Amino acid sequence: MLMLILYIILFVFIYFIHKLVTKLFTSNHGFNKRKNITFGDESAVHPNRAASIFSIVTLFLIWAAFTGSKLSPLHVPGPFIGDTSFSYTALNAQNQKDDATVYVRVSYIGEEFEKPAISDKKQSGFAKDDAVKVGAWRSALIGVQKNDDGAKKKDYQVIAINGQSIEPKQSVHVKNGVVTMTSKGNLSFTPSKGWQMEPVWLPAPEAVFKRFLEITRHGYQNITLFENVGWSLLRVIAGFLLGSVVGIPLGYAMGLNSYFRGWFDPIVEFMRPVPPLALIPLIIIWFGIWETGKISLLFLAALWIMAIAARAGVSGVNISKIHAAYSLGASKWQVLIYVIIPNSLPEIFTGARVAMGVCWGTVVAAELVAAEKGAGKMIIAASKFQQTDIVIIGIILIGIVGYGIDIFMRKAENILVPWKGKG
Amino acid sequence: MIIADPACLQVDNVSMTFNLPDKRTVDALKKIYIELHQGELLSILGPSGCGKTTLLTIIAGFLTPTDGQIILNGKTVRGPGPERGMVFQQGALFEWMNVRKNIGFGLIMKGISGKTADRRVDELLETVGLHGFGNKPVYELSGGMQQRVALARCLANDPDVILMDEPLGALDALTREKMQELILKLWNDSGKTIILITHSVEEALLLGERLIVMAPGPGHIHKEYRLPFASLATEENLREIKKLDDYSKRREEILSMIWDMEEEIMRRNV
Repeated sequence: MLMLILYIILFVFIYFIHKLVTKLFTSNHGFNKRKNITFGDESAVHPNRAASIFSIVTLFLIWAAFTGSKLSPLHVPGPFIGDTSFSYTALNAQNQKDDATVYVRVSYIGEEFEKPAISDKKQSGFAKDDAVKVGAWRSALIGVQKNDDGAKKKDYQVIAINGQSIEPKQSVHVKNGVVTMTSKGNLSFTPSKGWQMEPVWLPAPEAVFKRFLEITRHGYQNITLFENVGWSLLRVIAGFLLGSVVGIPLGYAMGLNSYFRGWFDPIVEFMRPVPPLALIPLIIIWFGIWETGKISLLFLAALWIMAIAARAGVSGVNISKIHAAYSLGASKWQVLIYVIIPNSLPEIFTGARVAMGVCWGTVVAAELVAAEKGAGKMIIAASKFQQTDIVIIGIILIGIVGYGIDIFMRKAENILVPWKGKG
Repeated sequence: MIIADPACLQVDNVSMTFNLPDKRTVDALKKIYIELHQGELLSILGPSGCGKTTLLTIIAGFLTPTDGQIILNGKTVRGPGPERGMVFQQGALFEWMNVRKNIGFGLIMKGISGKTADRRVDELLETVGLHGFGNKPVYELSGGMQQRVALARCLANDPDVILMDEPLGALDALTREKMQELILKLWNDSGKTIILITHSVEEALLLGERLIVMAPGPGHIHKEYRLPFASLATEENLREIKKLDDYSKRREEILSMIWDMEEEIMRRNV
């Protein structure tokens, strides 16, 4: 919630700064600057690349600020680290009161550290001083009674913390933390957590980057990053190609012949809205968890999309073109090769882009269920060991590869079907 | 004057009735009879819905008439064929091919390729005034140039009859006039038989050596003219012809005829 508010504030703040700066430093040239109406004029709206850069930098800064990273000069308050203390008041069976101090040392989990030494130890009274150590973001039970005289007696109890009275299940805020009394009358100390995220939840960017270098070099669970992503990609390509090889001719047949259209229409229209993920259980039952299963799933994911795209491509051909080809002496076969297929290519490319996207999403999900190698398998394995950094690396890689596939398909489209939308 | 040879194209009492999905029937054409001789240029004019495009589609062989037949050089037409070339209003070029390949399409279909085909395409590029545009993608050309490609593509097959379905309908007035001159020139040079369907009275008068005015409900031939303007235009500038008294008289006559038909349609639909 705090992050969201901060994000919105930064968005607005940077927007105004950027606007001010561009106003001061850019001259009034360029066609769009001459337009009096830009609100509602789609052609005047283009992605502001400066804003894209600000956006990415902002995300990283927020990430860094909330994880105590060295990349960000400013941080939100972190967890309390260091020594602190509080005092408690105990009442013994003789109805006597006595105070003692608890010395607490807080440090990061994973670092070696000692309990604090008790300086100028209290000599008199039945309550004795204590020393404890706690990890940041954790809490520690303090056996304050253990070393107190008469604590084993039934009527002994702690009645106040720093002078504030306390009862079981209540908490008292002390300096740098909270003291809570359990239902059995024990004390527990939780040091202030601050606003930063614990590394188990969200590691700092540099920690993620360090882990990234490590697993590119040495792999994760003996499988290199390249292998993991490569296997996922291979599956996608295999499934997509199989789906296209079957789906495109099927779509053509549906677009060219009424009987085919009638026969396959119910199947295609029924299967199209079924998300491929819903098929995973059935696919596992039928084909098992190995490659056959995953590739069949991707095949099914691509099949309907490609069939529908090919059908739309055939249906979309202008009848004048078909008539023109016939009256120029073309045979049915020549009309198919020279007119119908090239005319449907733009639609097929659009379908292929969608299919590749869907396949990529599906393969990751399928690998979450069962796989030996793969991007999805890597993140699910890492999550089981709470290796959040690897999970994040996996997610970023999956995003980058998915985006890369889309860019690749768009470039291929521009090169292979330059006539798209110009007929 | 050439002695009239036997009709090259005969539209023999063609009728066409469409069955609509709701079991109504629409009579689109009724007993159309046209005889066309080699080298004649016939323009067909009429209000929308008079069946002129249907007639052209039947002549092209895309539709079989419910009654009557089309006879070309003594043979009944049973389907589309390269001896009847078509020029469409627009959108009929193959945008995945460049200009040369579009023009050479008919040749490839016939199995003619290599130098013979190249030479033919070069000639045609010259004829329609697209010299140097051969390797451009067709979608980069203007509307007028695209229609030049369509004309050349049709001529490549050396058809007996050229059927034009409002070929200039989508062009602006200036381009239109240039294209009208081109069509007249092609007609004059090649001696092809041409049937031209148009919306424009001026175009029908200028280009039609013969002019048929069709009327709707069901589509029939309302009136037929023989006009001198197309032949005149081979010597005279088109704009000069438009100034002739005879021309404006005919134009007014036909315009009011079509006007009356449109009124009639409106009245019937109310």
